[in-house]
Amino acid sequence: MHPFTLGLITIVLGVGGCLAYFFLSNLLLDKVIFPAKAGDQGRNINRANAIRPWLFLFPAIFALGLYLGYPVFETLRLSVTDRDAGGAFVGLANYQQMMSEDKFWEALRNNLLWLIIVPAASTAFGLLAAQLTDRIAWGNIAKSIIFMPMAISFVGASVIFKLIYDTRPIEQNQIGAINALWLQFDGGIGSFTILRLLPAFLLLAFAAMIAYAIKGIIEHLRNPHNQDVLMMKLLRIAGGAIGLWLIVKCLMSVVSIFTVNYTYGEPQTWLTIPFWNSFFLMIVLIWIQTGFAMVILSAALRGVPEETIEAAIVDGANPFEVFFKIKVPQIRGTIVVVWTTITLVVLKVFDIVFAMTNGQWGTQVLANYMIDKLFRANDWGIGSASAIVIMLLVSPILFWNVYNARQEMRDQR
Amino acid sequence: MNSIAGTKSPLTWAVHISTVLLVLLWLFPTFGLLVSSFRTADQISTSGWWKSMFASEQNIVVRVADPDDFRVADGDGFTVSGNLFGDNTGADISVWGTSSRAIDTNTAGDTADLGDGETLTLQANGDYVWSGSDEQISGRAQRVFATAKTPPNFTLENYDQVLLSGNSTDSIAKAFFNTLTVTIPATIIPIVVAAFAAYALAWMQFPGRALLVAVIVGLLVVPLQLALIPLLKLHLGIGIGKGYLGVWLAHTGFGLPLAIYLLRNYMVGLPKDIIENARVDGATDYQIFMRIVLPLSFPALASFAIFQFLWTWNDLLVARVFLIDATGDTTVMTQQIVELLGTRGGNWEILSTAAFVSIAVPLIVFFSLQRYLVRGLLAGSVK
Repeated sequence: MHPFTLGLITIVLGVGGCLAYFFLSNLLLDKVIFPAKAGDQGRNINRANAIRPWLFLFPAIFALGLYLGYPVFETLRLSVTDRDAGGAFVGLANYQQMMSEDKFWEALRNNLLWLIIVPAASTAFGLLAAQLTDRIAWGNIAKSIIFMPMAISFVGASVIFKLIYDTRPIEQNQIGAINALWLQFDGGIGSFTILRLLPAFLLLAFAAMIAYAIKGIIEHLRNPHNQDVLMMKLLRIAGGAIGLWLIVKCLMSVVSIFTVNYTYGEPQTWLTIPFWNSFFLMIVLIWIQTGFAMVILSAALRGVPEETIEAAIVDGANPFEVFFKIKVPQIRGTIVVVWTTITLVVLKVFDIVFAMTNGQWGTQVLANYMIDKLFRANDWGIGSASAIVIMLLVSPILFWNVYNARQEMRDQR
Repeated sequence: MNSIAGTKSPLTWAVHISTVLLVLLWLFPTFGLLVSSFRTADQISTSGWWKSMFASEQNIVVRVADPDDFRVADGDGFTVSGNLFGDNTGADISVWGTSSRAIDTNTAGDTADLGDGETLTLQANGDYVWSGSDEQISGRAQRVFATAKTPPNFTLENYDQVLLSGNSTDSIAKAFFNTLTVTIPATIIPIVVAAFAAYALAWMQFPGRALLVAVIVGLLVVPLQLALIPLLKLHLGIGIGKGYLGVWLAHTGFGLPLAIYLLRNYMVGLPKDIIENARVDGATDYQIFMRIVLPLSFPALASFAIFQFLWTWNDLLVARVFLIDATGDTTVMTQQIVELLGTRGGNWEILSTAAFVSIAVPLIVFFSLQRYLVRGLLAGSVK
């Protein structure tokens, strides 16, 4: 049978089966198990209504349990067993072996770099795009175009950017846009502005952004009405500490930007330059995620009460002050949501690295490391162990989201 | 807001210009791929795509027309004449030669001496006259090496090769249908399952409801990577193996948390009166769900459907783990493009065309249904 026909049959069976299940199980409950007959009518209706939610929920709970709940525990179990030894318990041996591999540390280091840069850059660009497009007549068209990469697969985006990073020998015409641009630089004043001043400026802006976030955290912690549980407090303090470390790193990088020697006039193979090649991969994800950040932040910006802005303008605030002192503080919650959502995407990023470098030249990330272990080395133990590491990195966000969701449910009540 | 934020300030210009720059920067990469997919291999490898809008300089090698068929008697010798580019395409030859070691010895309009009275004259527009004795103007036709400026020239050949040729490495037609086969059931089935669950979580009272919602929020962020090995083991164990059924089930499972979350958030916001009136009138939960809640939730269903469609269409990981077996018969487009990157990394004409075919469908969905997508994003994130 042709798979496509099989697909259509599956749709009919799947959808029909679901509907039939819901209909028949309801019927069964009402007519057979707890019929509303004279005598214990009221009691039976109540009983049926107590069970009914679980009928509605059962397929979903079953699928979730099987496809997301069970694997968490099974992966945990696999990570402490050895496949070759018939699944014998080996304790933390898999983790130990993983820790002894350079590739793992490289992947972890790169992942942390991705975690810092991609969400920050996407959110910043998204905020910029949202603010710019909200103020002009053709903003919606501009938004559509910036949002468009969201629809493009990571693999498609990798091909797009591989073309941009393409390198030809010096005597040929460059067909990669970046190299064609690179050959225009000659070390003159233009090169100085674009290659040294601009990145330094961006880094300083990033550092300022973090400093602003840390200020927010400190204010929150010192607020006497603060009702955070201890866990949340610790999370916030940890976030602040990471921020401080980042600021130091930023300032050090600014110094190095002004001292590094660029090799002008030579086409570069961008994806093989150690350390920096990771950044060229990150650009792909930033390009994709900025649209997402923009859409959400633009909705939040439009939700900022008009009166607060009017009041600020009447008090003589300039547009920048209105933006940074009135609007941004009011959408801080949304910024956090955008940031964490992109962080989740980053933690799972696999396709981009797989398609562009496959982890060579020091660009490995955890998700790709795991697939590598799974398929090439065929080692389920280490594969599981690295999946658990990804899970550990995700878990602070998991707790944060659940905490917020619970608080929200409480508010609704 | 414009009226109060000072529309007439010089800042407005800065805003327009920065937006234009930002938009161009974001459009540039995709546009490059699109343009490249309409160029020949030669064109792509000799000049950047941004130059293809203008005339470009190329080195070409052509043979003049076959003397056995086209030579005409001219006095005691023979001549072959014609145009190098078939009919005149507006090309402009600057320098040319008759041997691969000397491709730039003559300028346009020159007559090259090929020895013993054999000559070749080439004009800038490609018109040539090749003349000599009976013996010289016979056998294989003379080769010409020319450096020519050719006008912008686009072709549909790549699409023909990628979609219709049936060539086993280049053709992605099969992968296209495989992707479609994966995508459609994987989009529809989770919606049905999730809709019922979302209704129960939004409109039915039962103990543990809040806890369940929290669990679903938690499951939203559980990385897929965690599920791969145990589920592959499970599928192999219960005999599904690698195949469509496995990938449909996997996508259904992985899509459920978002589906339930989005739909529940939407259903909670439906007007309470309608549902309570229906209850008072004696409608069962099943009837309320099918007749009232489901039709009213259409926008949320549409936004989830778009998400799930984009995600399954663009997916590589799940397909690699649960679908694609050693035979490669069930390969999907993302996988095939990755393979093309490996085997034909330099063949940008095939690669860019294949990539563009694979992103065209999501782009169409995106642009036609953007409204629902944005609504879904907002419902899923801003809370």
